[in-house]
Amino acid sequence: MAEEDLVTRRSFLSRISLALSGLAAAVVSVPIIAYLLSPLLEPAPDEWRDLGLVENFQIGETVEVAYDEPSSLPWAGQTARTAVWLRRTGEREFTAFGLNCTHLGCPVNWRAGAELFLCPCHGGVYYSDGTVAGGPPPRPLVRFSVRIADDDRVQVMTRPLTQTISQA
Amino acid sequence: MRRVLGWLDDRLGFSTTVKPLIEHPVPPTGWDYTLGSATLIAFTVQVVTGVALAFTYVPTPDHAYESLEFITQGAILGSVVRGVHFWGASAMVLLVCAHAAQVYLVGAFKYPREVNWLSGTVLLVFTFGMAFTGQLLRWNQDAYWAVVVGAAQAARAPLIGDWLTGILFAGPNVGGGTLTRFYATHVFMIPAIIFGLLGLHLYLVIRHGVSEPPVPGVEVDPKTYKQRYQELMHKIGEPFWPDAGWKDVVFALAVGSIVLVLAIWLGPPELGNKADPTVVQAYPRPDWYFLWYFALLALIPSSVEDWFIIGFPLVLGLMFILLPFMAPTGERSPRRRPWAVGLVVLFGVSVAALVNLGSSAPWSPVLATDLTLPSTVTASLTPTAAQGAESFQRRGCINCHSVAGVGGQRGPDLTQVGARLTPDELTWRILNGGRNMPAYGTALTPEEVSALVEFLSTRR
Repeated sequence: MAEEDLVTRRSFLSRISLALSGLAAAVVSVPIIAYLLSPLLEPAPDEWRDLGLVENFQIGETVEVAYDEPSSLPWAGQTARTAVWLRRTGEREFTAFGLNCTHLGCPVNWRAGAELFLCPCHGGVYYSDGTVAGGPPPRPLVRFSVRIADDDRVQVMTRPLTQTISQA
Repeated sequence: MRRVLGWLDDRLGFSTTVKPLIEHPVPPTGWDYTLGSATLIAFTVQVVTGVALAFTYVPTPDHAYESLEFITQGAILGSVVRGVHFWGASAMVLLVCAHAAQVYLVGAFKYPREVNWLSGTVLLVFTFGMAFTGQLLRWNQDAYWAVVVGAAQAARAPLIGDWLTGILFAGPNVGGGTLTRFYATHVFMIPAIIFGLLGLHLYLVIRHGVSEPPVPGVEVDPKTYKQRYQELMHKIGEPFWPDAGWKDVVFALAVGSIVLVLAIWLGPPELGNKADPTVVQAYPRPDWYFLWYFALLALIPSSVEDWFIIGFPLVLGLMFILLPFMAPTGERSPRRRPWAVGLVVLFGVSVAALVNLGSSAPWSPVLATDLTLPSTVTASLTPTAAQGAESFQRRGCINCHSVAGVGGQRGPDLTQVGARLTPDELTWRILNGGRNMPAYGTALTPEEVSALVEFLSTRR
């Protein structure tokens, strides 16, 4: 056997072994990557959630109301719950704000005496209508859709947290 | 016995393969060369205590917090194990940073050790990755809000921002999917990467040798360096074990003792309140190793914020990666590289100052609802001024402004505001607000405003 043939045979074996290994790795990673990305590929469910009777809320008051998160897994524990700041602005008018500061997502606290939302992280402040009163927040608090259903119950449209803190 | 050992040595190849490695010649070095091995020991402690914690910890949101309560209060010496894991993490973060700073200061990243530096950079990044994912596993309020704040920063990334938040949450919300993924990342993925990189890092230490302590005036020249290093090792080199290794052992023992004493004396950090997205009474704060960044995010002007949040980590990483290629040759001694010394000092002082600032967070309003002015202030007030003092508390002024040492530091201290501003100026400021102060024109009645102004005018 000529020496060039031997070298060609070696480099052929080397290349085919590497290529086969690479192919095997690629095939194995397809299901793994798809499985890991699956939470991103499934659309987040949007549902109306009941917050209680209209008469439970006083005009001009802002209260925190909790409800069940629609996308939660069976082992989510406390994280299966979420909440909005609900403000009754008129006889049949409500506004719902996300809990998250638009700066970096920390939970804003409503101060009834001051009629302000205060953020505990970097000092963001919002007026009762959700507009920025001071601090670093770049935009008003996120508003959730609210409606009053036929039986006089206030309902809020759920909204994924990824959208609430989205800057897009 | 001798025959058994001889048999083992023949089969394992200890004296032919391992012994030359641990006895490879190293230059005589000082205590500053023990920082790397101490980091390795700290990592080992983290692996051992981490495995022990994983024997009990339940990585799901419905039981993670309870399992940690059990580890801390129920299990025998569980609080010490958790304590060592926590203080060991602090030690590892400190040591890996000190090691990087030392290598930078003595110019050991230069030719031929560029890849030592690059693998070390990735190890540094993953150490911070371990610190971040680790504090989340406590699954208390700080942990929950740290995930949200982390994701809110990722959301600022152009184009892929929303995609990144979805990856971090492992779904549309922080929930059942989030914690299991952070757990798998913390206990399997990052440690596996660290093990691999450590192998490379240590192999390169053997391949290129421990850098000789720098001498001012002696420059690194790729043409002559390797030969000069070999000659130097022939002349002054001593076997790593035990001539240099004993220092590593002593220093690692000292670090381990401090960690153990802190774990027993101060214990693991308080768990605080359980993670609950509906409880807004939270003061989300990261552990100290991210507190400097938390402070930085409060202090930068909001106009550059979008650029900063994405740009700062990128630029910092790029600086580390480019360093060995920007300065692969030349002087190594810190005495001839004043800029390098200045940079390290500046960085250290800034981080320390920011951690200090972040721990008091004067930019945050105080959210306590029970703030009351001291009786020395409220004692001898006119009835109107007393009403104003009452409004000052009830209307939330006190959450941002201090009077006589009580109140927030978000806004100016008003202990002597009556001497600074006239009643008209006070009224104008209350009604219209200021740069960071809300306008109270619609929230307060005219009577309240004049009572407030009367109260504040007495403060001088």
